[in-house]
Amino acid sequence: MIRRPALAARLDSPRVLGYLLIVPAAIILLGLLAYPLLLGIWLSLTSATIGNPGQFIGLQNYATIFADPIFRGAAWYSVFYTICAEAGKLVLGLALALLLNQRFRGYRVSRALMLLPWVAPTVLSALAWLWLLDPQFSAISWLLLRLHLIHSNIDFLGHPWSARMSLIVVNIWRGLPYFAIGYLAGLQSIPKDLYEAAAIDGADGWQAFRRITWPLLMPITTILVAFSSIFTLTDFQLIWTITHGGPTDATQVFTTLAYQRAISGGQLGEGAAIAVSPIVIMIVLAFFVVRSVREK
Amino acid sequence: MRHIDRRDFLVSSAAGIGAAALAGSVPVTAFAAESPFKPEKGASLQLLRWTAFVKSDATIWDENTKKFTDATGVPVTIQNLTWNDVTPKAALAAQVGSGPDIVMGWNDDPFVYPDKLIEMTDLVEYMGKAHGGYYDNARSYCYDQDVKRWVSFPIGCTGNAVNYRKSWAKEAGFSEFPKDLDGMLKLARGLKKNGHPTGFALGHAVGDANSWTHWILWGFGGKQANPDNSIAINSGETSNALDYARQLYETMIDGVAGWDDSSNNKAFAAGLIGMTMNGISIWYAEKTADPALFPDFANATPPYGPVKTHTISNNFTSAYVFKYSKYPNAAKEYLRFMLDSPQADRWVTEMLGYVTPALRGYSDLPIWTSNPNITPYRDALAGAKYDGFNGKPGKAAAQALDEFVLVDMFADVCVNKLANKDAMRKAEAKLTAIYKRA
Repeated sequence: MIRRPALAARLDSPRVLGYLLIVPAAIILLGLLAYPLLLGIWLSLTSATIGNPGQFIGLQNYATIFADPIFRGAAWYSVFYTICAEAGKLVLGLALALLLNQRFRGYRVSRALMLLPWVAPTVLSALAWLWLLDPQFSAISWLLLRLHLIHSNIDFLGHPWSARMSLIVVNIWRGLPYFAIGYLAGLQSIPKDLYEAAAIDGADGWQAFRRITWPLLMPITTILVAFSSIFTLTDFQLIWTITHGGPTDATQVFTTLAYQRAISGGQLGEGAAIAVSPIVIMIVLAFFVVRSVREK
Repeated sequence: MRHIDRRDFLVSSAAGIGAAALAGSVPVTAFAAESPFKPEKGASLQLLRWTAFVKSDATIWDENTKKFTDATGVPVTIQNLTWNDVTPKAALAAQVGSGPDIVMGWNDDPFVYPDKLIEMTDLVEYMGKAHGGYYDNARSYCYDQDVKRWVSFPIGCTGNAVNYRKSWAKEAGFSEFPKDLDGMLKLARGLKKNGHPTGFALGHAVGDANSWTHWILWGFGGKQANPDNSIAINSGETSNALDYARQLYETMIDGVAGWDDSSNNKAFAAGLIGMTMNGISIWYAEKTADPALFPDFANATPPYGPVKTHTISNNFTSAYVFKYSKYPNAAKEYLRFMLDSPQADRWVTEMLGYVTPALRGYSDLPIWTSNPNITPYRDALAGAKYDGFNGKPGKAAAQALDEFVLVDMFADVCVNKLANKDAMRKAEAKLTAIYKRA
């Protein structure tokens, strides 16, 4: 009988080998995801400032920020920004996907071009939008003036509501390809014979969409909305580049306010509390993603 | 006690070496040998500074740095960052204990992490004696009253003045720029009537929005805090300042609440506005952009308000050295060299006074009087006030500036049409929270 080395014998055990194989992934997850998250939570429970670890103060930072009208405003706009942007991206992304699912001349090029807003560096596209939304030099205003549709430049960023809505439009523009490409993949996975059967039964286009397309796109919709909502809720670059949270804090969101308090102002503990506070919303969204994936 | 100014120093310094160096006849190494700051053996330095708006600023700074390296053998690596990015980058360095040896930062930044910075008192005193002392802003932004030491070395400010078009002012009935705020409002109304609105930033523009709103507030006697740091923003003086701002806002071009720090430069260059407030770069840029029209662009000292004193607000820059640096002496010697004669003379002269030095001795450089449009920038620091005036300079004032509390108060009145009392109460609540947590 040939004796096998003890190590090799142990590696033959599925339990040992299984754990061993997930170690690299676990290290990466713990180091890059869990550690920063736990550090953020810990900092939010301390009086840490830049260069000073501070002391444990329990939930005092949370009490402070929940009493702060700027934080409440930022929380409100973060949620509003996310809901509006997700609704816009969902409707327009689905429409774009339905369009690009058709075979027409140049459809391959169109699909590639559609991805441009998604692949362009966020800061670069934000700077381009900053120019497009400029109160004096906006190309949008210039075009509308030439078409005699407006009489003076549009003040996109100079008033609270116009600034809020402008940022939502920019976010929709940027995130649209993510939805469109996701829906396009979903549409192409729907068996054609379902539509043929529906046609034989006399269903029109709208009925086919309601009874076949939309129900079969629901799982991917859940995933797209949940992931995109997490990205949108934690959006920083677009807003910081275009408005810096202004005018009059009208476009502050969790991330910009956390950055302002923690980095510029040096209040790491309070900044961490602001950054950690939307975590409950994100956990709920993540729950829906996991559930949807399991169901699928 | 006899006042020692920069010229006295140059004449009386050992063997006239300083004066000879100014004339360029003695190698810099000879003058450097007199310095009390001896670079460590094998030293090398990293400097983080803000990106120059005026090309000659960076060119001469780099040339002077090379001279320093030639003279001392200490290589210096310079990293340039946009203005707004210096503060977070420096904060990160303070937090992790690694990064540039020297940071050329803004306003109250050193007060956010004074314990991480080396004491600069010896360098500050040495240079003060050599160059006629400092303007008051130097102490406000570099001497930390909590830790009771100089934590940063004052360099100067990118001074602010009012920028306007002479021909348009003349059309409005003003052959000279008004000396008081009432006169300026009349000019602004005249400009607006003739199709040349004014433009003062009211968005979250770090430099431009803070500068003019602070100037108007202080001009009417308003103040953010009292010397004991109790909040003083809710006052009749502040209300008067807000009334004035509301009237000035009526003369402004649309969209100023969405402006960033580059917006007024673009609008002024394009001829869309007839008056704004900025550093000298806005004027200097026209020299190459439109030489034919350049003589029509002019700068004026910001008019006085009812308090009848200078109430200007500038972007103050200073250099601080982190304790983690292995070469603190080399860093101090570098800063001494760069702000000493003849290096600083050339630096300030070539950039047409873009930076007004905090050392008073440099106010007699010929560049300041070579053109009447440069002279207002010479005086930018004379009597200038500081963030958080009349409270204690420090963390709270820095955070209030970072959060645009005063800018937003003015924007609330001008753009959001809030009543003065409501805008003041809102600002008061924000300031109370900031001063409490700082």
